[in-house]
Amino acid sequence: MSFYRTLKDREDKYIDEKLRGITEQEIYHVLEKEILDEKDFLVILSEKAEDYLETMAKRANELTLKNFGRVIHLYSPLYLSNFCDNECVYCGFKHSNAITRKKLCLEEVELEAKAVAATEILHLLALTGESRKETPVSYIKDCVNILKKHFSSVSIEIYPLQQEEYAEFVLCGVDGLTIYQETYDENTYQKIHLKGLKKDFQFRMDAPERACNAQMRSVNIGALLGLSDFRKDVYFTGLHASYIQSKFPGTEVGVSFPRIQPQTGNFLPANPVSDKQLVQAILAVRLFMPRAAINISTRENSALRKNLIGLGVTRMSAGSRTEVGGYTASIKTEGQFEVNDNSSVAQAKEMISLKGYQPVMKDWLMI
Amino acid sequence: MLIEVNGESKEIDRKISVREFLLELGANPKVIVVELNRSILEQSQWNNTVLKENDKIEIISFVGGG
Amino acid sequence: MDDKLIIAGHEIKNRFMLGTGKFSSNEMMKASLESSGAHIVTVALRRVDIKSKNENILKFIPESCIIMTNTSGARNADEAVRIARLAQAMGCSEWIKIEVINDNKHLLPDNLETIRATEILAKEGFIVMPYCNPDLYDARRLKNAGAASIMPLGAPIGTNKGLKTKELIKILIEEIDLPIVVDAGIGRPSHAAEAMELGASAVLVNTAVSVAENPVLMAEAFALAVKAGRYAYNSGPGAIRDTADSSSPLTGFLR
Repeated sequence: MSFYRTLKDREDKYIDEKLRGITEQEIYHVLEKEILDEKDFLVILSEKAEDYLETMAKRANELTLKNFGRVIHLYSPLYLSNFCDNECVYCGFKHSNAITRKKLCLEEVELEAKAVAATEILHLLALTGESRKETPVSYIKDCVNILKKHFSSVSIEIYPLQQEEYAEFVLCGVDGLTIYQETYDENTYQKIHLKGLKKDFQFRMDAPERACNAQMRSVNIGALLGLSDFRKDVYFTGLHASYIQSKFPGTEVGVSFPRIQPQTGNFLPANPVSDKQLVQAILAVRLFMPRAAINISTRENSALRKNLIGLGVTRMSAGSRTEVGGYTASIKTEGQFEVNDNSSVAQAKEMISLKGYQPVMKDWLMI
Repeated sequence: MLIEVNGESKEIDRKISVREFLLELGANPKVIVVELNRSILEQSQWNNTVLKENDKIEIISFVGGG
Repeated sequence: MDDKLIIAGHEIKNRFMLGTGKFSSNEMMKASLESSGAHIVTVALRRVDIKSKNENILKFIPESCIIMTNTSGARNADEAVRIARLAQAMGCSEWIKIEVINDNKHLLPDNLETIRATEILAKEGFIVMPYCNPDLYDARRLKNAGAASIMPLGAPIGTNKGLKTKELIKILIEEIDLPIVVDAGIGRPSHAAEAMELGASAVLVNTAVSVAENPVLMAEAFALAVKAGRYAYNSGPGAIRDTADSSSPLTGFLR
């Protein structure tokens, strides 16, 4: 079984019609419900529901307080390598981009880790571009072994693996997987992924499930907002998250909302998502999945991130550098995308505290 | 010889088949099931099964219940 | 509207199920059964009392009813399995309500033994309806073991206290993809309606009907309450707000 089948089932031609035909009565009714089903989720993702954001926000705020309290978990990304075999039109690391390619050697990983750890970050997300040749599983594992010494939790965001490979990483001490489907619209997906193994739509989509089967403790998914119709992408992201949660009740499921930002190559999104629409997406997912972790990265600026706290967000990256070696190198290579929140970790912590929330650096420890 | 019927000791004075025994007791064969020594005894076997010393018989029927 | 109750592939014509125990007479039981229109009816197995001339209860149950044998009396899985096989040997239907209780003070079911019995009997082709404490993990285990439904208790047997386990039942309804039939503790038709409004697929009632002063009328009241609750559930009731709407706008920053 695979979410791909569920996707194909639900992906009927009528979703557009359904989204257009939503009535106020339906929206009102959904917002009164305690438990939302898939149809309800679609209702609050409709354009008409944009008029109800304040009501949705109050519900989302209530739910998030109940389930998570006044807490924001902080983490930082650490790019190990920007070598990539794929040609994704929207990404700064795409193969055809003439950027300086770099891969950290193990000594450099140690230095980078120390630099991040010095900011008091304890949860780390290790990333690579997608190249099995340049950054094979063995290399990434070696890096994880170093990172483990400095952080209480290490997650990975790398190319999709086979189940046995995820199992190796779990054994190694990795407790989280982040992997974005980019878009759940298969047609668009094929058009924007021109070359490379990433063209395999289903293999990527099934990666979270393979990781769960390998006992990965948490998985984080999302669509890159702006590539396609965001309402449908968020809808299918929610369905995907719900599918994973139902199938693997013991796994912590999280959803991210990466919006396309300026990057090398200057790809412009076909369907740019406004702040209001981003908020709607976050609120809708919170109402549909009251216990999913919701993540906002430094793709978004500080002011917006501050306002998003209290609307359902439970995790944020801080102090981020998206260049390989970005935390220590004096001469920087190109980052994967432009970071819009350049606050330091200390500043992020203060912002969160001022908002009346507690920044949490360590949620758990792998022993 | 002594046998046990529904948890109670009973003395029987001759060789008797299960079927005869049930009829003598006044049980209605149509609405009961019989366990002999913890095994269900099919109705077809009642005639040719003879009771022995220390046999334990349970005679069960449907009653009202939740 | 197509709102059929299907259990194990069989269409069950009434979401009200009736237990036949503790009635003053078989005739009274029959009349109550008829006034409620129940489709699934439970019976138990007991040692025949040779001395008394008790009429066969099956004669009082219409042929159109599905007779579900309750394994009451079983204190563990082996005894429940034994009772089920006895029922089968009687030529009775394959419907079994597993009730394993080894506690005479509270009469609470033993979930662990219930799961064991379900595994064995489901493999033998029985349609297994397990009566249990409303535990989510155990419900998943029961489903994996082959149960045709989950029958969580609303409150301990005979207490008639209503849905004391309401929040847990709600979770089962949300998470378990099987009919949830609330059993035990339902003392009034309003409790039954409440269970149905939550989204339960059906309810099973015994004591509340059999010990009522007018069991025939009470049985009808229950059947009507179950219907009302189901209609309410299907019509999408509005929520009851716990807190009033307050404070400063959370999305003001978007303007």
